[in-house]
Amino acid sequence: MPARFDRTPRSLPRAHARLRIPALAATLLLAGGSLATPAFARADHSVAAKFAYCQDCHGPGGQGFRGFYPIPRLGGQQVQYIKNQLEAFLEHRRKNAIMLNVAHGLDRGMMTAIAEKFHRLDPRPIGGAPRGLIARGKEIFQAGIPQANVAACAACHGPDATGKNEIPRLAGQLNDYVVAKLTNWNKERGQIPSRPDTSLIMEPVAHSLTRAEAQAVAAYVSTLR
Amino acid sequence: MREHRPLRRYAAVALLVLGATFATSAGAEDLAIRNCTWCHGSSAQGYTPAPRLAGQRAAYIEGELHKFRTQARNASIDKQYMWAAAENLSDRRIRELAVYFSGLSPVAANDGDAAIVARGKEIYQNGLPSENIVACVACHGPDAQGVGSIPRLGGLDYDYLKRRLAQWSAGESVAGAVPMPHIAGQLSPDKIAALASYLSFQHDARAAR
Repeated sequence: MPARFDRTPRSLPRAHARLRIPALAATLLLAGGSLATPAFARADHSVAAKFAYCQDCHGPGGQGFRGFYPIPRLGGQQVQYIKNQLEAFLEHRRKNAIMLNVAHGLDRGMMTAIAEKFHRLDPRPIGGAPRGLIARGKEIFQAGIPQANVAACAACHGPDATGKNEIPRLAGQLNDYVVAKLTNWNKERGQIPSRPDTSLIMEPVAHSLTRAEAQAVAAYVSTLR
Repeated sequence: MREHRPLRRYAAVALLVLGATFATSAGAEDLAIRNCTWCHGSSAQGYTPAPRLAGQRAAYIEGELHKFRTQARNASIDKQYMWAAAENLSDRRIRELAVYFSGLSPVAANDGDAAIVARGKEIYQNGLPSENIVACVACHGPDAQGVGSIPRLGGLDYDYLKRRLAQWSAGESVAGAVPMPHIAGQLSPDKIAALASYLSFQHDARAAR
C-alpha cells in the first residue's frame, strides 16, 4: 500500500479515495496525469538528473536566483572554480550548510560533468543592481584603490571579469551575492587554517574594502555579460 | 411657492447622491476585503479550502491575483473560485488588497501530524541530496517566512500545503512558477505530508505584531 495520508482530507474526497488503490495503480495514475512525473523514491543519479537538481536553485540557464538567500550564477563559471568550491564545502573549508549537503550527493566525476555543463551556459545577467554605484565600481574594478591596498580586480579576474581556472568569473554575478561574499569573506571561506586555499588571496582585499566599495564593485560586475 | 418645492426636492436628492458618492469611495475597499474574507476567514487566517492571507508576502499575493485574473494559474480549484473572484480587479485594487492582507498578523494553523514533523523539517532544512530534492530553506527562508514574491509557508494549513504540493506534481497550475513544478514533482505523498505537517506548525515571531 502507498503511504497513507495521516488524516482524512476535509476537502478532497477524491484524493482520499485515490490513496486507497494499490500502489502500482496509484503510480501509473499519477504518472499518466502528468508530462514529467518521475517514479517516486527512485533516485536518479544520471548527470541530467543531477544537473536539473542544480538548476532548481541556480536557475534553468544558470543565471542565479534571488531566494531568501542570493543563489549565485553558475552560467559561464570556470570549471576549476566550481569543482574547487564543491570540494571546499565537502572539506568544511567553505562554510555553507545547504551546499555541504548538496556536495555530499556528488562524486568527483559528477562534479566535473556538472561544472562543464554550467560553464557552457551564457545566460543574461538578472540585473537589479543600483545603477548609481556602477561607475564607482568600474573604477575600483579596473584600477583598484591603491591608498587602501586594494588591487585592481581586473588584474586577476580579467578585464572582462570572466576569470580563469581557479579564479572565478564575476561577470553577471548577482549583485547581492557578491556583496554578501565580500562582506563575510573570512567567516565563510578558508575555515581550516592548516589547509589554506585560494580564498586566502582574496582575504586581505575583502578586508580592505569598505561596505560601500564592495557594493559598488558588486553593482558593476553584475552588469557585465 | 408651489413651483419651488420640486427644486427643494432636487436639492435634497442631489445632496443624497453626493453623500453616497463619498460613502462609496470610503466603503469600496471594505467591500473588496469582505469579498475575500467571505472565504479566507473574517481575519484572513484561512478557512478550508481557502488559504490564510494574513501575513502573506504582498508581492506574492499581487502576482497570484494577476495569474488568476489572466487565468494563467489554472488548477481546477483555481478555476472554480479564484478566476471569477479576480476577474474584475484592477491593477490598483490588486495592489491594495495585497498590501492590506500582508499587513495582518499571521497565526499558525498548527494542524499537521506531529508524528511526521521531524521528517518534514529534515526535508525543508536540508533537502534530500541523494534523491535530488533541494532544500526549501534556500528560497523560503529559515522560518519559512518567504521574501519578495516567494511566499510565506510557515503556519499555512496542512490541507492547503498538501494540496498545493500535490498540484505541482500532478502537473496542474504550472504557469510562471519555475522551479516549483520540477521540485514538487519529485515529492512522494508521504514526503508532501511530512513537509505540510512541519510547515503548519511554523511560526515566525517577527511577523506577529
